[in-house]
Amino acid sequence: MPKMNLSHFEASLLFALFTSAVLGVITKRTDRERLRYALRCFAYFLAAIFSLSWLMYLGHG
Amino acid sequence: MQAPSVGQWAPAVVLAWLIPGGGHFLLKRPGRGAVLSISVVLLFLLGLMMRGTLFQPQSGDLLTMVIYYGGFIGDLLSGVLYFLTIWLGYSQPDMAGHVHDYGTKFLVAAGLLNLLAMVDAWEIATGKKD
Repeated sequence: MPKMNLSHFEASLLFALFTSAVLGVITKRTDRERLRYALRCFAYFLAAIFSLSWLMYLGHG
Repeated sequence: MQAPSVGQWAPAVVLAWLIPGGGHFLLKRPGRGAVLSISVVLLFLLGLMMRGTLFQPQSGDLLTMVIYYGGFIGDLLSGVLYFLTIWLGYSQPDMAGHVHDYGTKFLVAAGLLNLLAMVDAWEIATGKKD
């Protein structure tokens, strides 16, 4: 099994991608709604990643 | 309203646990099954490639028990991926470093996403959703 080194950002992005896909598939009733919900979840994840990253950066001074 | 029989949903839920996405394939939802399968399997494999730790049940104070038993159940929920990993001798000690830490979380998250897939398979099998 090859070893993989990912940055915080890359790991968070991959987590957000797969989690959004699953949440989209299991939540809504039509394919169009599923796709929209998955994209919305991914956007929320991105917003949380960038907000918390800046918060930690500024918090460190 | 009569409760759905166990025989109606158990095969789909057990298959969904053992093979991520398998329950949806059994229930003739191949597209959704494929997305679930790819997501859970890739998340689990990434966790292994980042050398994440698989939790073992551990007693102690309440927080230790919650973390280790919870983590163990989370790992176990990945079904055949977990059993195959153990069978092939994967044994990664808990190490410091953000990559290992993310790996451990990816392994547990794969199991938790598979739990959501199992619940979805149960809802489809019992007619609560399409």
